[in-house]
Amino acid sequence: MPHDHDHPHSHLPSDPALRVKALETLLTDKGLVDPSALDAIIDLYQNKIGPQNGAQVVAKMWRDPSFHRQMIEDPMPTLQEMGLYGRQGEHMVFVENTDAVHNMVVCTLCSCYPWPLLGIPPGWYKSDAYRARAVREPRAVLAEFGVSLPEGKKVRVWDSTAEVRYLVVPQRPAGTEGLSEDELAALVTRDSMIGTALAQDPLTEEPGA
Amino acid sequence: MIWCGDKPEPAFSEPWHAQVFAITVALNEAGHFEWSAWAERFGATFKANGLAKELDGGADYFNAWLETLEEFLAETGIAATGALQQLKTAWTEAYLSTPHGQPVNLAKPV
Repeated sequence: MPHDHDHPHSHLPSDPALRVKALETLLTDKGLVDPSALDAIIDLYQNKIGPQNGAQVVAKMWRDPSFHRQMIEDPMPTLQEMGLYGRQGEHMVFVENTDAVHNMVVCTLCSCYPWPLLGIPPGWYKSDAYRARAVREPRAVLAEFGVSLPEGKKVRVWDSTAEVRYLVVPQRPAGTEGLSEDELAALVTRDSMIGTALAQDPLTEEPGA
Repeated sequence: MIWCGDKPEPAFSEPWHAQVFAITVALNEAGHFEWSAWAERFGATFKANGLAKELDGGADYFNAWLETLEEFLAETGIAATGALQQLKTAWTEAYLSTPHGQPVNLAKPV
């Protein structure tokens, strides 16, 4: 029967949405999940865990040489102390950009990503296009993100796995010596920690530009 | 190719993406499976789906996620395929029989 425009019944959710409702109903009835706990998990990952966590670590690395050394040599004990540890962030490796090398992270298998430090990955990180091309033609991908590197600079691509997650430490912009940790953290974007951007330059980036 | 860059985007573009994600995390937290076991299975589904078509990283990603979770729970006996199918049918009927604007609930436990 054709649908009239008054929508006499409720809008029917998509097939996967209905399958998820079925799962939730069954697991709730069995006492295996609690709907309010699900809401808390969603709130946590949507609002509280995100790239601001990674940005704080990078800013601290820029300012504090002994913290920097810990993060490069053996980051996990300190990250655990900071509460930046858990699912999909068990084994972090920090890879540092220098004048000679630019680092970039991909997961060619699926979408391994350091959740405790960066939150949930953006859609493009999970796309086949990025996953295939980041390895094959990283410079072309970087150019599409608006990153152009000096001729002689090497690009190193790191393939995150279920075991090891990489996070790029972008180069600290020049002229930021006087900035506080929070001010520095504001320059460290999500993409700069994936390696598809540089840290923002406070001298050249006009607000809203 | 257009990349989204640093433009803010919601972590989950549709409510069911968030829901299936949270269910998986909750089951892991309750000890029903190790996260590494989950990641391995999810990676395998993702790879298999990617052979058939170019995955877009959005809906495709969470479709693969849901497919993996359903298979995993069926295998471990936590959620039988038939029971899920019945519940899905019950939810479909509930949506189709509830007047627009009213909360949709299952009539009775299935």
